[in-house]
Amino acid sequence: MQMKKDIQQSIDQLLFNSPTIDKVGVEERVARFQTRSIKGDSKLQALKMALNMIDLTTLEGKDSPGKVQQMCYKAMHLHDELPNLPTVAAVCVYPSMVKIAKSALLNSKVNVASVSTAFPSGQAPLAVKLADTTFAVNEGADEIDMVISRGKFLAGEYSFVFDEIAAIKDACGNARLKVILETGELLTLDNVRKASDLAILAGADFIKTSTGKIQPAATMQVTYTMLMAIKDYYEATGKMIGMKPAGGISTSKLALHYLVMVKEVLGNAWLSNEWFRFGASSLANDVLMQLMKAETGVYQSPDYFSID
Amino acid sequence: MATNKNIPEVEWEYAPSLEGTSHIQLKKKYDLFIGGKWVKPSSGKYFQSINPANEEVLAEVAYGSEKDVDIAVKAARKAYNEVWSIMPAAERAKYIYRIARLMQERARELAVIETLDGGKTIREARDIDVPLACNHFFYYAGWADKLEYAFPNRKVESLGVAGQIIPWNFPLLMAAWKIAPALAAGNTVVLKPAETTSLTALKLAEIIEAAGLPAGVVNIVTGYGDTGAAIVNHSDVNKIAFTGSTNVGKIIQKALAGTSKKLTLELGGKSANIIFDDAPIDQAVEGIVNGIFFNQGHVCCAGSRLFVQENVAEKVIAKLKERLKTLYVGNPLDKNTDIGAINSKEQLATITKYLEIGKQEGAEMYQPACTIPAKGFYCPPTLFTNVAQSNRIAQEEIFGPVLTIQTFRTIDEVIQKANNSPYGLAAGVWTEKGARIFNMANQLNAGVIWANTYNKFDPTSPFGGYKESGFGREGGVHGLAAYVKFV
Repeated sequence: MQMKKDIQQSIDQLLFNSPTIDKVGVEERVARFQTRSIKGDSKLQALKMALNMIDLTTLEGKDSPGKVQQMCYKAMHLHDELPNLPTVAAVCVYPSMVKIAKSALLNSKVNVASVSTAFPSGQAPLAVKLADTTFAVNEGADEIDMVISRGKFLAGEYSFVFDEIAAIKDACGNARLKVILETGELLTLDNVRKASDLAILAGADFIKTSTGKIQPAATMQVTYTMLMAIKDYYEATGKMIGMKPAGGISTSKLALHYLVMVKEVLGNAWLSNEWFRFGASSLANDVLMQLMKAETGVYQSPDYFSID
Repeated sequence: MATNKNIPEVEWEYAPSLEGTSHIQLKKKYDLFIGGKWVKPSSGKYFQSINPANEEVLAEVAYGSEKDVDIAVKAARKAYNEVWSIMPAAERAKYIYRIARLMQERARELAVIETLDGGKTIREARDIDVPLACNHFFYYAGWADKLEYAFPNRKVESLGVAGQIIPWNFPLLMAAWKIAPALAAGNTVVLKPAETTSLTALKLAEIIEAAGLPAGVVNIVTGYGDTGAAIVNHSDVNKIAFTGSTNVGKIIQKALAGTSKKLTLELGGKSANIIFDDAPIDQAVEGIVNGIFFNQGHVCCAGSRLFVQENVAEKVIAKLKERLKTLYVGNPLDKNTDIGAINSKEQLATITKYLEIGKQEGAEMYQPACTIPAKGFYCPPTLFTNVAQSNRIAQEEIFGPVLTIQTFRTIDEVIQKANNSPYGLAAGVWTEKGARIFNMANQLNAGVIWANTYNKFDPTSPFGGYKESGFGREGGVHGLAAYVKFV
């Protein structure tokens, strides 16, 4: 018991060092990322980079094996009419679909990510969350996207949240762990920063904004705040942490603004799917449309791009 | 940044994006705008206005003499007596609104010319200078027929002819700050732009012409210091408004001593930007960058003296150095550029001189690695650490992208250091504590105090200094007071 109290205190101490965040200042900074000029070759390169960073996602109760298989085919063959396209980074599914996705993606470099820990609310006991995670890992998931207990976080029970993340990290084995903060429920950027620091210290390989089930999902302000946490951690330890904004990024233009932000905050080293992902379902087709426009000079009808 | 995994790091650079210049209309030669007409200078002399980003000549500008100033003041007096002072105030307002609207219509052209002539980035010219200049005209147009409500229980009258001398750092914006309240209050104007940046004031003269403003209400006399001196010393000018260096301000004040001319001076500064340990650090770093590198540091209220609380100093300085690496220095017309060209060869020489002084004084200089165009006048963003209060670089206005950094331990210490300057124009305070902000605002001797932000301007907000930073306020109702007399 004494030990637990010590841990609680040391976690409080760590979070005490989280800097406060001024929302107005963040908004101003973020606006500046949107004025950089990306066109021509710079844009083509960025669009392909963005495609390669996508976690193609389907997280519906009505998901069928067929739908998941179709999405996996799309993940590998984004638009065969265009040569030299990358694949997406991963497909993201519920644990029950991991096996199907895994076999559909056999012989490809596309990873399978699975949400877990009673996604999206996280309202389940730790044993259930651990079982959920272990199941997904055993089914073959390369990456685990867990949710934090927002209720406990908002109640100030930081050590509970910390322990939970650390336990899930253990259960992940070799799978990389993405920790979803669900920033739309954390309400302030100060909380986003604290939760980011907490998740990173507890063992997250990636920190992720949202489940996509709560509005607002990813925003540039929130992502900037999380990128600054990653930067500070890197400066202090030399260890890189990945970032995944998820939900609400559906246009190429917005995706490019995010890439500018990653480049200017963290540097070119983070510009690969090893360290940066977009959690998105409709972004891919918009990027493909832009690439076809660059190829042909005209915009194609959305009907020419498969919806899976 | 090194990676801890073996992935080849991508090289991804932005595409250069130069704002087009084909749409702007610049004459080869500009005459003086006096009495509603373009007149040749009596001396027949012209001087060149160059683009500091590449040293190319943009246009020739008339060199106004004492004689030309006399003609301009006479035209302004005639317009004052016969038209402007007796015109119904609501009619005056219509003209000022019209100027504002025409400026908005030609905003893009004005922004590009401002960038070409002065070296400031197109981003700032387009997003800050020009919109703010328009807003000043809109704001003061609204006051024209409400003067009796601006100063309750007092009766006000216009002054007469206002002589106005403006600097080169915000050429169009300063013209707007000066002309708009003067016209709204019922005065006529003789304005002299700075010799390196006359072009947007001359474009403004074209707009004023297009707006059909009665002849002689606004006269633009371009030239050098002697042209300005002729305005200051002219016996029929009722008011002098000057923005520029403290040295010239002192000369003007001496010249006006014993005359009935009303005077406002907006002079130099060496403003303190103060970071407490509880500040939102990353946003404070942005505020420091914006405070000193906005407009290449050619800002009278630039936050050029940084004071960081000791316990966060190391962190703040490290973050600041990192941040400087991501600033793009280069062609001001490129939309990606963060830091443009230094306004003139002379100013670059001044800044370079201070960099040498700083090093001789034992301060440690930091500049990020950045490529600078071969032609034109450029200075990379510069930090000085290990600076003492007694160093010249910490006392004198450098007017360039140069920041001195000092640390402090207690509130009393930082207040004392911040106020220990002949200047008192602006200050920035970064802290999460509301009470501390008010305490600091009460104790800092500065005309403007920003809390958790820096370099924010608005037509409704007065701007001006204490001590050797000048007196009188521009902007807001206060700015109106400078152009009326109470009767």
